[in-house]
Amino acid sequence: MRNLLFHGLIRVPLTEPLPVSDDSELAAMAAKLDKAAQHRLGRSLSIRMVDAGSCNGCELEINALSNAFYDLERFGLKFVASPRHADVLIVTGPVTKNMREALERTYQAMPAPKWVVAVGDCAIDGGCFADSYAVVGGVSEVVAVDLHIRGCPPSPTDLLKGLLALLEPANTQESGP
Amino acid sequence: MPNALTLDDIVGAGHKVENHRPWRRAIVDKAIWQAIAKQLGVSRWTLSGLWGDTGAVHMALLDEDAAGMAVVTLPCPEGHFPSVGQSHPPAIRLERTIRDLFGLEPQNAPDQRPWLDHGRWGLRHSLGPRTAEMDAKPYAFLSAEGDGLHQIAVGPVHAGIIEPGHFRFHANGEAIVRLEARFGYAHKGVESLMQEADLTRAAKLAGRVSGDSTVAYAIAFARAVEAALGIEVPARAHWLRALMAEFERLANHFGDIGAICNDASFPLMHAHCAILRERVLRVADACFGHRLMRDCVVPGGVAAYLDIGDAPVLHALLTEIRQRFPRLVEVYDNTASLQDRTVGTGILRLHLAQQFGAGGFVGRASGRGFDTRRALPYPPYDQLPFEVPVLQEGDVNARVWIRIREVEQSLALVEKILAGLPGGPVRAEVPRRAGEGMAMVEGFRGDILVWVRLSEDGRVARCHLRDPSWFQWPLLEAAIEGNIVADLPLCNKSFNCSYSGCDL
Repeated sequence: MRNLLFHGLIRVPLTEPLPVSDDSELAAMAAKLDKAAQHRLGRSLSIRMVDAGSCNGCELEINALSNAFYDLERFGLKFVASPRHADVLIVTGPVTKNMREALERTYQAMPAPKWVVAVGDCAIDGGCFADSYAVVGGVSEVVAVDLHIRGCPPSPTDLLKGLLALLEPANTQESGP
Repeated sequence: MPNALTLDDIVGAGHKVENHRPWRRAIVDKAIWQAIAKQLGVSRWTLSGLWGDTGAVHMALLDEDAAGMAVVTLPCPEGHFPSVGQSHPPAIRLERTIRDLFGLEPQNAPDQRPWLDHGRWGLRHSLGPRTAEMDAKPYAFLSAEGDGLHQIAVGPVHAGIIEPGHFRFHANGEAIVRLEARFGYAHKGVESLMQEADLTRAAKLAGRVSGDSTVAYAIAFARAVEAALGIEVPARAHWLRALMAEFERLANHFGDIGAICNDASFPLMHAHCAILRERVLRVADACFGHRLMRDCVVPGGVAAYLDIGDAPVLHALLTEIRQRFPRLVEVYDNTASLQDRTVGTGILRLHLAQQFGAGGFVGRASGRGFDTRRALPYPPYDQLPFEVPVLQEGDVNARVWIRIREVEQSLALVEKILAGLPGGPVRAEVPRRAGEGMAMVEGFRGDILVWVRLSEDGRVARCHLRDPSWFQWPLLEAAIEGNIVADLPLCNKSFNCSYSGCDL
């Protein structure tokens, strides 16, 4: 183990620079965040994730955000275990009828101000499961969604771009006039 | 065993169905069905699947000794069938699902509770004669009685980034007396959506049953369709499928090995394994156009070609893994505090693994050496030498070691596939005609079974997808008994069963 740790010290970090966002939807989302909330939260957001019935593909890529390449926590974003500690709720999957109540209750358990990010094509409108008797539809059918991140599943880079849009106003404010 | 039935006996005694490939299907009567159910309880046959159809139930039987399979069908004109679960417990959840989705009643079934149906769909029996929604009653969990017992309810929303499911513990202090899982939260009605779907849409759905096994599911579905239509895909497509399947296995095993260690509070392994996983996914993206290789396998072949220019990227990946992975294995093997958590934890006994026909690392870590690639070989595995690692201990440690050994085997397989990859086309024409077919494919967590019936216009009339986890989840409940509550994440991760795959 000593060897492995030593190699870690002399190796060039794998962590990659911040991806550049070119998405107008993300910019619009960023504009929605009210200034008071930004001021209070600064550049740190706690994220709670709920799988509302996904195939597990999105979870794999959300998990990848914590690996050395993307290193989500360097941006002040971190996943928390309880909705009561969270500012942001990430929801994946078409919302199944069997998960609807659990999703609503998770959202209700979060303190305000709070935002919801729907991740993946299914979370937008139910995706390829949209017409099923067992599916409510997209996340916005159940809770108000502030930001959609598309993809099946979205790559970690796409996820990162989306999540950073939540922080961007805070950054702009700092460097602004 | 005296007078044991063979698959030939059953098919001979029943009415053989034409146009069912590659294994036979026979329509049987109640007496034979019951005889099979009895024999399942005592013989080396494995129940590979049990699913509903319009007015009938099907059962897939695997005879490992004869390396064969057969499907038997019991028509249920009166809406009921003799329960298999009463003599063979692995059938219980499958029968509860049949009741929920088709309204067919397993007679004398030991468990009368619904399974996937939580009383929230607005209807009952989505695949059978639909009726009004049932009253959502509180779910009656199995009980445990004794001094000082308390219940712990976990889920469906979990603390980590994982799928939804509910676990109910009965514990005495830290010791778990009983664990019972309740699922269905991720039920999306996949098999209903499959009906009437064209093959393009159906293949997409099949690839989204369980996101981490998207390649394996896509291969299983494609092979079932190809069997139903009696078509052969080009050799290069077979080899590329295997290449993607081994990539999927590598990525998932790296993820699992790291995550198991992380659940034993050893994040160093997690960090390093996550790097290897990410490397595999990036190369998959570069070579096949999608990190998880989703929709890359289609009926008739593959939707990715693999350029000659990709070879250096692939070889560089293999070199890096071969360089880094042994060091991680050494760390795992030499860290006493980690071994202290994994050795002897969550032991699954061989007889249970055999009875449930547990596939993948769950079975192989407990002495059941079944691997579809070996037992019922499909191309190109019939031409590729590889070993199927088997251990006897059945604990978390053994399940880690099976994954480690399988990573080594997969690396060797990838090398052999790259060396032997034939040229030529990668897609065959898919005709539109009726037929029935099935396929069994080894995903990273075990054998995936897909059965499909195509109608004259080439659309899906009925499709059943059976995840390996159907026969692994119940075993987690057995393996956890007597362990401490804090070891549930560890045991659960070492099983790494699919929620979405079983909820469908």
